[in-house]
Amino acid sequence: MYNFDVEMPSTIADAVTALARDEAQPLSGGQTLIPTLKARLAAPSVLVSLHGIAEMKGVSAQDGTVTIGGATTHATVAGEVADAYPALASLAGRIGDPAVRNRGTIGGSVANNDPSACYPAGVLASNGTVVTNTREIAADDYFLGMFETALEEGEIVTAVKFKIPEAAHYEKHLQPASRFPLVAVFVAKFADGVRVAVTGASENGVFRWTEAETALSADFSVEAVAGLKADGSSMISDLHGSGAYRAHLVGVMTKRAVAAINA
Amino acid sequence: MTEVKMTVNGKAASGNVEGRTLLVQFLREDMGLTGTHVGCDTSQCGACVVHVNGEAVKSCTMLAVEAQGAEVSTIEGQAAPDGTLNTIQQAFQDHHGLQCGFCTPGMVMSAAALLKDNPKPTESDVRHYLDGNICRCTGYHNIVKAIMAASGQDVSAIAGE
Repeated sequence: MYNFDVEMPSTIADAVTALARDEAQPLSGGQTLIPTLKARLAAPSVLVSLHGIAEMKGVSAQDGTVTIGGATTHATVAGEVADAYPALASLAGRIGDPAVRNRGTIGGSVANNDPSACYPAGVLASNGTVVTNTREIAADDYFLGMFETALEEGEIVTAVKFKIPEAAHYEKHLQPASRFPLVAVFVAKFADGVRVAVTGASENGVFRWTEAETALSADFSVEAVAGLKADGSSMISDLHGSGAYRAHLVGVMTKRAVAAINA
Repeated sequence: MTEVKMTVNGKAASGNVEGRTLLVQFLREDMGLTGTHVGCDTSQCGACVVHVNGEAVKSCTMLAVEAQGAEVSTIEGQAAPDGTLNTIQQAFQDHHGLQCGFCTPGMVMSAAALLKDNPKPTESDVRHYLDGNICRCTGYHNIVKAIMAASGQDVSAIAGE
Protein backbone atom coordinates (compact mmCIF):
# COMPACT_ATOMS: atom_id res chain seq x y z
CA MET A 1 0.00 0.00 0.00
CA TYR A 2 1.07 3.52 -0.68
CA ASN A 3 0.82 5.63 2.46
CA PHE A 4 -2.09 7.94 3.20
CA ASP A 5 -3.48 10.06 6.01
CA VAL A 6 -6.55 8.85 7.87
CA GLU A 7 -9.22 11.23 9.12
CA MET A 8 -11.70 9.99 11.71
CA PRO A 9 -14.66 12.37 11.74
CA SER A 10 -17.56 11.79 14.12
CA THR A 11 -20.27 13.59 12.14
CA ILE A 12 -21.44 13.49 8.53
CA ALA A 13 -20.71 17.22 8.22
CA ASP A 14 -17.09 16.73 9.31
CA ALA A 15 -16.71 13.80 6.92
CA VAL A 16 -17.95 15.91 4.01
CA THR A 17 -15.46 18.63 4.95
CA ALA A 18 -12.63 16.10 5.15
CA LEU A 19 -13.57 14.63 1.77
CA ALA A 20 -12.96 18.02 0.18
CA ARG A 21 -9.23 17.47 0.70
CA ASP A 22 -7.23 16.64 -2.40
CA GLU A 23 -7.34 12.94 -3.43
CA ALA A 24 -9.56 12.04 -0.47
CA GLN A 25 -11.68 8.91 -0.45
CA PRO A 26 -14.21 7.56 2.06
CA LEU A 27 -13.34 4.39 3.99
CA SER A 28 -16.25 2.43 5.36
CA GLY A 29 -15.70 -1.16 6.51
CA GLY A 30 -12.66 -1.47 4.26
CA GLN A 31 -13.36 -5.07 3.25
CA THR A 32 -13.04 -4.14 -0.41
CA LEU A 33 -11.08 -0.91 -0.22
CA ILE A 34 -8.18 -2.16 1.91
CA PRO A 35 -7.46 -5.12 -0.42
CA THR A 36 -7.77 -2.66 -3.34
CA LEU A 37 -5.20 -0.38 -1.73
CA LYS A 38 -2.88 -3.33 -1.07
CA ALA A 39 -3.04 -4.15 -4.77
CA ARG A 40 -2.24 -0.48 -5.49
CA LEU A 41 -5.37 -0.21 -7.62
CA ALA A 42 -6.19 3.01 -5.77
CA ALA A 43 -3.85 5.59 -4.32
CA PRO A 44 -5.79 8.14 -2.25
CA SER A 45 -3.78 10.57 -0.17
CA VAL A 46 -6.45 10.77 2.52
CA LEU A 47 -8.91 8.16 3.73
CA VAL A 48 -11.91 9.52 5.59
CA SER A 49 -13.13 6.79 7.92
CA LEU A 50 -16.90 6.70 8.31
CA HIS A 51 -16.68 4.14 11.11
CA GLY A 52 -17.02 6.60 13.97
CA ILE A 53 -20.09 8.43 12.69
CA ALA A 54 -22.88 7.42 15.08
CA GLU A 55 -25.62 9.08 13.02
CA MET A 56 -24.79 6.68 10.15
CA LYS A 57 -25.31 3.52 12.20
CA GLY A 58 -28.38 1.55 13.07
CA VAL A 59 -31.60 0.12 11.72
CA SER A 60 -35.19 1.30 11.98
CA ALA A 61 -38.43 -0.03 10.52
CA GLN A 62 -41.70 1.83 10.24
CA ASP A 63 -44.57 2.34 7.79
CA GLY A 64 -43.43 -0.46 5.53
CA THR A 65 -39.90 0.87 5.15
CA VAL A 66 -36.62 -0.34 6.64
CA THR A 67 -33.95 2.34 6.95
CA ILE A 68 -30.35 1.27 7.49
CA GLY A 69 -27.54 3.69 8.28
CA GLY A 70 -24.72 3.64 5.73
CA ALA A 71 -22.08 2.62 8.28
CA THR A 72 -24.14 -0.30 9.59
CA THR A 73 -22.34 -3.64 9.32
CA HIS A 74 -23.70 -6.70 7.54
CA ALA A 75 -23.70 -8.54 10.89
CA THR A 76 -25.94 -5.88 12.43
CA VAL A 77 -28.34 -5.99 9.49
CA ALA A 78 -28.44 -9.80 9.63
CA GLY A 79 -29.43 -9.61 13.29
CA GLU A 80 -31.63 -6.54 13.53
CA VAL A 81 -33.63 -6.71 10.30
CA ALA A 82 -34.62 -10.36 10.73
CA ASP A 83 -38.13 -9.53 11.98
CA ALA A 84 -38.95 -6.60 9.69
CA TYR A 85 -37.49 -7.95 6.44
CA PRO A 86 -36.18 -11.51 6.76
CA ALA A 87 -35.05 -11.88 3.14
CA LEU A 88 -32.82 -8.82 3.49
CA ALA A 89 -31.42 -10.10 6.79
CA SER A 90 -30.69 -13.41 5.07
CA LEU A 91 -28.84 -11.61 2.27
CA ALA A 92 -26.73 -9.68 4.78
CA GLY A 93 -26.01 -12.80 6.81
CA ARG A 94 -24.56 -14.60 3.79
CA ILE A 95 -22.14 -11.92 2.58
CA GLY A 96 -18.50 -13.03 2.81
CA ASP A 97 -17.78 -14.69 6.15
CA PRO A 98 -18.47 -13.77 9.80
CA ALA A 99 -15.35 -11.63 10.27
CA VAL A 100 -16.00 -9.75 7.03
CA ARG A 101 -19.62 -9.17 8.08
CA ASN A 102 -18.40 -7.61 11.33
CA ARG A 103 -16.61 -4.88 9.37
CA GLY A 104 -18.23 -4.55 5.95
CA THR A 105 -21.06 -2.03 5.65
CA ILE A 106 -24.12 -1.53 3.50
CA GLY A 107 -23.01 1.96 2.50
CA GLY A 108 -19.65 0.68 1.36
CA SER A 109 -21.21 -2.09 -0.70
CA VAL A 110 -23.77 0.19 -2.35
CA ALA A 111 -21.19 2.93 -3.04
CA ASN A 112 -18.75 0.46 -4.58
CA ASN A 113 -21.40 -1.32 -6.70
CA ASP A 114 -19.30 -4.36 -7.42
CA PRO A 115 -21.01 -6.23 -10.28
CA SER A 116 -21.09 -9.35 -8.09
CA ALA A 117 -22.03 -7.75 -4.75
CA CYS A 118 -25.15 -8.90 -2.90
CA TYR A 119 -26.61 -5.65 -1.59
CA PRO A 120 -27.23 -3.95 -4.95
CA ALA A 121 -29.65 -6.77 -5.85
CA GLY A 122 -31.49 -6.31 -2.57
CA VAL A 123 -31.72 -2.53 -2.95
CA LEU A 124 -32.88 -2.67 -6.56
CA ALA A 125 -35.44 -5.47 -6.05
CA SER A 126 -36.84 -3.72 -2.97
CA ASN A 127 -37.40 -0.50 -4.93
CA GLY A 128 -35.04 1.08 -2.42
CA THR A 129 -33.69 4.58 -2.04
CA VAL A 130 -30.07 5.54 -1.53
CA VAL A 131 -29.81 8.46 0.88
CA THR A 132 -26.74 10.67 0.70
CA ASN A 133 -25.57 13.78 2.50
CA THR A 134 -27.22 15.89 -0.20
CA ARG A 135 -30.20 13.98 -1.68
CA GLU A 136 -32.23 10.81 -2.05
CA ILE A 137 -31.72 8.67 -5.17
CA ALA A 138 -34.16 5.97 -6.29
CA ALA A 139 -32.45 2.62 -6.82
CA ASP A 140 -33.60 2.61 -10.45
CA ASP A 141 -31.56 5.80 -11.02
CA TYR A 142 -28.64 4.93 -8.77
CA PHE A 143 -26.90 1.84 -10.19
CA LEU A 144 -25.34 2.97 -13.48
CA GLY A 145 -22.96 0.16 -14.39
CA MET A 146 -20.01 -1.91 -13.24
CA PHE A 147 -18.57 -0.01 -10.22
CA GLU A 148 -20.56 3.02 -11.38
CA THR A 149 -23.25 4.84 -9.42
CA ALA A 150 -25.00 8.19 -9.45
CA LEU A 151 -22.82 9.36 -6.56
CA GLU A 152 -20.94 12.61 -7.15
CA GLU A 153 -17.40 13.24 -5.96
CA GLY A 154 -17.38 13.59 -2.18
CA GLU A 155 -20.97 12.37 -1.79
CA ILE A 156 -21.52 9.84 1.02
CA VAL A 157 -24.17 7.12 1.28
CA THR A 158 -25.58 8.00 4.70
CA ALA A 159 -28.48 5.51 4.67
CA VAL A 160 -30.36 3.07 2.46
CA LYS A 161 -34.14 2.68 2.59
CA PHE A 162 -35.96 -0.48 1.56
CA LYS A 163 -39.66 -0.90 0.86
CA ILE A 164 -40.75 -4.08 2.64
CA PRO A 165 -42.38 -6.46 0.15
CA GLU A 166 -45.15 -8.94 0.92
CA ALA A 167 -42.62 -11.71 0.38
CA ALA A 168 -39.08 -11.95 -0.92
CA HIS A 169 -36.17 -14.32 -1.32
CA TYR A 170 -32.51 -13.99 -2.25
CA GLU A 171 -31.05 -16.99 -4.03
CA LYS A 172 -27.35 -17.09 -4.78
CA HIS A 173 -25.01 -19.47 -6.50
CA LEU A 174 -21.61 -19.01 -4.89
CA GLN A 175 -18.37 -18.67 -6.74
CA PRO A 176 -16.59 -20.91 -4.25
CA ALA A 177 -13.19 -19.19 -4.23
CA SER A 178 -14.25 -15.57 -3.87
CA ARG A 179 -17.51 -16.31 -2.00
CA PHE A 180 -19.14 -13.62 -4.10
CA PRO A 181 -22.21 -14.70 -6.06
CA LEU A 182 -21.43 -16.20 -9.43
CA VAL A 183 -25.05 -15.27 -10.07
CA ALA A 184 -27.67 -14.28 -7.53
CA VAL A 185 -31.28 -13.19 -7.87
CA PHE A 186 -33.44 -11.22 -5.45
CA VAL A 187 -37.17 -11.61 -6.03
CA ALA A 188 -39.48 -9.19 -4.19
CA LYS A 189 -43.25 -9.56 -4.42
CA PHE A 190 -45.17 -6.33 -3.80
CA ALA A 191 -48.93 -5.76 -3.88
CA ASP A 192 -48.52 -3.80 -7.12
CA GLY A 193 -46.08 -6.12 -8.86
CA VAL A 194 -42.93 -8.20 -8.67
CA ARG A 195 -39.35 -6.95 -8.94
CA VAL A 196 -36.48 -9.25 -9.91
CA ALA A 197 -32.90 -8.01 -9.55
CA VAL A 198 -29.86 -9.94 -10.77
CA THR A 199 -26.27 -9.58 -9.60
CA GLY A 200 -23.06 -11.32 -10.66
CA ALA A 201 -24.19 -11.78 -14.24
CA SER A 202 -24.09 -8.61 -16.30
CA GLU A 203 -21.10 -6.65 -17.51
CA ASN A 204 -23.18 -3.59 -16.58
CA GLY A 205 -23.63 -4.62 -12.96
CA VAL A 206 -26.90 -5.25 -11.17
CA PHE A 207 -30.02 -5.16 -13.37
CA ARG A 208 -33.75 -5.87 -13.30
CA TRP A 209 -34.93 -8.85 -15.31
CA THR A 210 -38.06 -7.20 -16.63
CA GLU A 211 -39.39 -10.17 -18.62
CA ALA A 212 -39.48 -12.23 -15.44
CA GLU A 213 -41.07 -9.32 -13.54
CA THR A 214 -43.90 -9.11 -16.08
CA ALA A 215 -44.47 -12.86 -16.05
CA LEU A 216 -44.39 -13.12 -12.26
CA SER A 217 -46.60 -10.08 -11.75
CA ALA A 218 -49.28 -11.85 -13.83
CA ASP A 219 -48.73 -15.29 -12.31
CA PHE A 220 -46.41 -15.74 -9.33
CA SER A 221 -45.35 -19.31 -10.00
CA VAL A 222 -42.27 -21.22 -11.08
CA GLU A 223 -44.10 -22.20 -14.26
CA ALA A 224 -44.56 -18.56 -15.22
CA VAL A 225 -40.79 -18.11 -15.62
CA ALA A 226 -39.90 -21.65 -16.67
CA GLY A 227 -39.86 -20.80 -20.37
CA LEU A 228 -37.98 -17.49 -20.07
CA LYS A 229 -34.36 -17.17 -21.09
CA ALA A 230 -32.19 -14.29 -19.94
CA ASP A 231 -30.03 -12.70 -22.63
CA GLY A 232 -26.45 -13.86 -22.15
CA SER A 233 -24.88 -11.67 -24.82
CA SER A 234 -23.77 -8.91 -22.42
CA MET A 235 -23.05 -11.15 -19.48
CA ILE A 236 -19.70 -11.66 -17.80
CA SER A 237 -17.63 -14.45 -19.33
CA ASP A 238 -14.61 -15.55 -17.33
CA LEU A 239 -12.89 -18.72 -16.20
CA HIS A 240 -15.68 -19.33 -13.68
CA GLY A 241 -18.43 -19.40 -16.26
CA SER A 242 -19.42 -18.22 -19.72
CA GLY A 243 -22.08 -15.60 -20.37
CA ALA A 244 -24.43 -18.35 -21.57
CA TYR A 245 -23.86 -20.28 -18.33
CA ARG A 246 -24.59 -17.19 -16.26
CA ALA A 247 -27.72 -16.50 -18.29
CA HIS A 248 -28.88 -20.03 -17.57
CA LEU A 249 -28.17 -19.53 -13.86
CA VAL A 250 -30.28 -16.36 -13.85
CA GLY A 251 -33.27 -18.50 -14.79
CA VAL A 252 -32.42 -21.22 -12.28
CA MET A 253 -31.90 -18.78 -9.40
CA THR A 254 -35.14 -16.97 -10.23
CA LYS A 255 -37.12 -20.21 -10.25
CA ARG A 256 -35.57 -21.28 -6.94
CA ALA A 257 -36.37 -17.92 -5.36
CA VAL A 258 -40.00 -18.11 -6.50
CA ALA A 259 -40.25 -21.69 -5.28
CA ALA A 260 -38.86 -20.67 -1.90
CA ILE A 261 -41.40 -17.87 -1.56
CA ASN A 262 -44.28 -20.15 -2.57
CA ALA A 263 -43.16 -23.01 -0.32
CA MET B 1 2.56 9.19 12.11
CA THR B 2 -0.39 8.92 14.44
CA GLU B 3 -0.32 7.77 18.03
CA VAL B 4 -2.71 4.88 18.64
CA LYS B 5 -3.77 3.64 22.02
CA MET B 6 -5.74 0.50 22.61
CA THR B 7 -6.11 -2.32 25.08
CA VAL B 8 -4.56 -5.58 23.92
CA ASN B 9 -5.35 -8.68 25.97
CA GLY B 10 -6.29 -6.46 28.90
CA LYS B 11 -3.12 -4.38 28.88
CA ALA B 12 -2.70 -0.82 27.65
CA ALA B 13 -0.85 -0.70 24.32
CA SER B 14 0.28 2.30 22.31
CA GLY B 15 2.52 3.16 19.43
CA ASN B 16 3.09 5.49 16.50
CA VAL B 17 1.78 4.19 13.21
CA GLU B 18 1.39 5.31 9.62
CA GLY B 19 -2.07 5.62 8.13
CA ARG B 20 -1.49 2.45 6.12
CA THR B 21 -0.32 0.36 9.09
CA LEU B 22 -2.61 -2.64 9.40
CA LEU B 23 -3.83 -3.79 12.78
CA VAL B 24 -2.00 -7.09 12.27
CA GLN B 25 1.25 -5.24 11.59
CA PHE B 26 0.83 -3.22 14.77
CA LEU B 27 0.16 -6.36 16.79
CA ARG B 28 3.03 -8.36 15.32
CA GLU B 29 5.70 -5.77 14.72
CA ASP B 30 5.03 -3.12 17.37
CA MET B 31 3.56 -5.29 20.13
CA GLY B 32 5.62 -8.40 19.31
CA LEU B 33 2.47 -10.53 19.40
CA THR B 34 3.37 -12.85 16.55
CA GLY B 35 0.72 -15.44 17.35
CA THR B 36 -1.64 -13.64 14.99
CA HIS B 37 -0.60 -14.87 11.57
CA VAL B 38 -0.68 -13.36 8.11
CA GLY B 39 -1.59 -16.12 5.69
CA CYS B 40 -3.04 -14.66 2.53
CA ASP B 41 -3.09 -10.91 3.25
CA THR B 42 -6.23 -10.72 1.09
CA SER B 43 -8.89 -11.37 3.78
CA GLN B 44 -9.58 -14.88 2.59
CA CYS B 45 -7.77 -17.20 4.99
CA GLY B 46 -8.62 -16.01 8.50
CA ALA B 47 -5.23 -16.75 10.09
CA CYS B 48 -5.21 -13.13 11.29
CA VAL B 49 -8.59 -13.19 13.09
CA VAL B 50 -8.57 -11.25 16.37
CA HIS B 51 -11.41 -9.76 18.39
CA VAL B 52 -11.97 -6.01 18.34
CA ASN B 53 -14.47 -4.90 20.97
CA GLY B 54 -15.60 -8.51 21.21
CA GLU B 55 -16.16 -9.07 17.50
CA ALA B 56 -14.07 -11.31 15.24
CA VAL B 57 -12.33 -9.32 12.52
CA LYS B 58 -9.58 -9.96 10.01
CA SER B 59 -6.73 -7.87 11.36
CA CYS B 60 -5.06 -7.79 7.93
CA THR B 61 -8.06 -5.86 6.62
CA MET B 62 -8.37 -3.18 9.27
CA LEU B 63 -6.13 -0.20 9.82
CA ALA B 64 -4.39 0.12 13.17
CA VAL B 65 -5.75 3.66 13.57
CA GLU B 66 -9.27 2.26 13.28
CA ALA B 67 -8.64 0.33 16.50
CA GLN B 68 -8.02 3.59 18.38
CA GLY B 69 -9.42 3.11 21.89
CA ALA B 70 -10.60 -0.44 21.18
CA GLU B 71 -10.35 -3.59 23.26
CA VAL B 72 -8.37 -6.09 21.20
CA SER B 73 -7.99 -9.79 22.06
CA THR B 74 -5.46 -12.03 20.35
CA ILE B 75 -4.47 -15.67 20.64
CA GLU B 76 -1.85 -14.69 23.24
CA GLY B 77 -4.63 -13.67 25.62
CA GLN B 78 -6.50 -16.96 25.45
CA ALA B 79 -4.50 -19.16 27.81
CA ALA B 80 -4.27 -18.42 31.55
CA PRO B 81 -1.18 -16.52 32.73
CA ASP B 82 0.39 -19.78 33.93
CA GLY B 83 0.06 -21.25 30.44
CA THR B 84 -3.01 -23.39 31.09
CA LEU B 85 -4.87 -23.62 27.80
CA ASN B 86 -8.45 -22.39 27.63
CA THR B 87 -11.28 -24.76 26.82
CA ILE B 88 -11.09 -24.24 23.07
CA GLN B 89 -7.31 -24.55 22.90
CA GLN B 90 -7.39 -27.70 25.02
CA ALA B 91 -10.08 -29.18 22.78
CA PHE B 92 -7.92 -28.52 19.70
CA GLN B 93 -5.12 -30.43 21.41
CA ASP B 94 -7.36 -33.25 22.62
CA HIS B 95 -9.02 -33.77 19.23
CA HIS B 96 -5.98 -33.21 17.04
CA GLY B 97 -7.54 -30.05 15.58
CA LEU B 98 -4.29 -28.89 14.03
CA GLN B 99 -1.37 -30.19 12.09
CA CYS B 100 1.05 -27.47 10.99
CA GLY B 101 -0.69 -24.97 13.27
CA PHE B 102 -0.50 -21.94 11.00
CA CYS B 103 -4.25 -21.40 10.81
CA THR B 104 -4.85 -22.35 14.44
CA PRO B 105 -4.73 -18.87 16.04
CA GLY B 106 -7.44 -17.68 13.66
CA MET B 107 -9.44 -20.88 14.11
CA VAL B 108 -9.36 -20.53 17.89
CA MET B 109 -10.36 -16.86 17.77
CA SER B 110 -13.19 -17.58 15.33
CA ALA B 111 -14.34 -20.49 17.48
CA ALA B 112 -14.36 -18.23 20.53
CA ALA B 113 -16.50 -15.69 18.68
CA LEU B 114 -18.90 -18.41 17.54
CA LEU B 115 -19.32 -19.95 20.99
CA LYS B 116 -19.90 -16.53 22.56
CA ASP B 117 -22.94 -15.98 20.28
CA ASN B 118 -23.99 -19.60 19.91
CA PRO B 119 -22.85 -21.71 22.92
CA LYS B 120 -24.28 -24.99 21.56
CA PRO B 121 -23.76 -24.86 17.79
CA THR B 122 -24.66 -27.71 15.48
CA GLU B 123 -21.95 -29.25 13.31
CA SER B 124 -23.45 -27.32 10.39
CA ASP B 125 -23.32 -24.04 12.38
CA VAL B 126 -19.61 -24.61 13.04
CA ARG B 127 -18.81 -25.41 9.42
CA HIS B 128 -20.68 -22.34 8.21
CA TYR B 129 -19.03 -20.10 10.77
CA LEU B 130 -15.60 -21.24 9.61
CA ASP B 131 -16.35 -20.04 6.05
CA GLY B 132 -13.60 -17.44 6.38
CA ASN B 133 -10.95 -19.64 8.01
CA ILE B 134 -8.91 -21.80 5.68
CA CYS B 135 -6.91 -24.83 6.82
CA ARG B 136 -4.76 -26.69 4.30
CA CYS B 137 -3.83 -29.63 6.53
CA THR B 138 -6.65 -31.11 8.54
CA GLY B 139 -9.57 -31.30 6.14
CA TYR B 140 -11.51 -29.49 8.91
CA HIS B 141 -13.05 -32.59 10.50
CA ASN B 142 -11.01 -32.46 13.67
CA ILE B 143 -11.30 -28.67 13.92
CA VAL B 144 -15.08 -28.98 13.83
CA LYS B 145 -14.90 -31.82 16.32
CA ALA B 146 -12.71 -29.77 18.66
CA ILE B 147 -15.06 -26.80 18.58
CA MET B 148 -18.08 -29.03 19.20
CA ALA B 149 -16.22 -30.61 22.13
CA ALA B 150 -15.29 -27.18 23.49
CA SER B 151 -19.00 -26.36 23.52
CA GLY B 152 -19.52 -29.28 25.88
CA GLN B 153 -21.30 -31.50 23.39
CA ASP B 154 -20.76 -35.21 22.79
CA VAL B 155 -18.58 -35.59 19.72
CA SER B 156 -18.27 -39.36 19.64
CA ALA B 157 -20.58 -39.56 16.59
CA ILE B 158 -18.73 -36.93 14.55
CA ALA B 159 -16.42 -38.32 11.93
CA GLY B 160 -12.78 -37.53 12.51
CA GLU B 161 -9.42 -38.59 11.26
